[in-house]
Amino acid sequence: MAFGRSDQPKMPKAIKLLIAGGFGVGKTTMVGAVSEIRPLRTEETLTDRSVGIDDLSGVETKATTTVAMDFGRISIGDEFMLYLFGTPGQERFWFVWDELARGALGAVVLADTRRLADCFPSVDYFERRGTPFIVAVNCFEGAPVFELAEVKLALNLGEDIPVLLCDARKRESGKEVLITLVKHAYGKRPMATVK
Amino acid sequence: MSGHEWGPDGWSPDDDRLLDAPTIRPYVIARGRTEAQDRFDLISLAVTIKPTTGREVGLDPEHQTIVRLCRRPLSVAEIAAHMDLPAGIVRVLLGDLFDRGFVAVQQPQPEMDVLDERMYKAVLDGLRAL
Ligand SMILES: Nc1nc2c(ncn2[C@@H]2O[C@H](COP(=O)(O)OP(=O)(O)OP(=O)(O)O)[C@@H](O)[C@H]2O)c(=O)[nH]1
Ligand SMILES: [Mg+2]
Repeated sequence: MAFGRSDQPKMPKAIKLLIAGGFGVGKTTMVGAVSEIRPLRTEETLTDRSVGIDDLSGVETKATTTVAMDFGRISIGDEFMLYLFGTPGQERFWFVWDELARGALGAVVLADTRRLADCFPSVDYFERRGTPFIVAVNCFEGAPVFELAEVKLALNLGEDIPVLLCDARKRESGKEVLITLVKHAYGKRPMATVK
Repeated sequence: MSGHEWGPDGWSPDDDRLLDAPTIRPYVIARGRTEAQDRFDLISLAVTIKPTTGREVGLDPEHQTIVRLCRRPLSVAEIAAHMDLPAGIVRVLLGDLFDRGFVAVQQPQPEMDVLDERMYKAVLDGLRAL
């Protein structure tokens, strides 16, 4: 869209990565570990867009829902600005997921081996939408230790989806996760198969 | 909220004097302008290209705050977080400023452009250097 002007100062290009996964799995922690700013919070409000029928009265009602998202930022030189968004934990906020996923380079699905099923909805969502994603198993102390192959099997992941262990609190680990994601997304871009 | 983001002389949403009006006014300004609430992406970047004098007709303190915040490029999400306003409200205010030539707005890479090889390489190098 042509919102730019010829006289505008040179601006970085914004790129978006998502950190998804179940409630309390460490999404915000990972955003904070790699971000150059402390994680910020923004809210999206849903109004008018969903009109439901009130069960009791049969009258159309306007729903207003507010969803909070945490995000961080990494500058890549002065040319790119990488934004990391933690997706809202509940899948009922699809409208925000759709907005976040639009134009996203890829997504990390964080998993906790104590509650592996919690990341099913995220995996399903990105598979259906065709967003490149990887799975990172956040290693909480005392959590059962699985072989990565077992996790892959349990999540019914395609052979080509990278799965790795991580510690969401550590910058180095978060870095490794993001690099794995960007490499994977690079291989998945439509042009990669054409060339 | 990070107080240092506002100039020492500037109005800040933390000002007690203004506590009631500024928290309600943005919602009033944006009311019903649902189309404008979808105009920019969360990661659209805004930068000020013309400073305000503070006396412009039709510009509210919230507009002025955005103009000050965007002396360096900031995303819609960041502006919203710093001002403690929902992103939809910020989109409306930003649209006003864009239409009047105070800010330039850069939309994020469309999905086609996300395929640019050079970008992947730059991002990977940048991440490795973190
Ligand atoms: N021991 C351990 N604790 C962790 C790790 N990652 C996150 N935590 C803790 O787990 C809790 C939840 O982490 P968050 O980062 O808030 O999780 P979240 O996914 O953002 O949670 P919601 O946004 O509420 O869904 C916090 O108390 C973190 O400190 C980890 O790798 N190891
Ligand atoms: Mg969180």
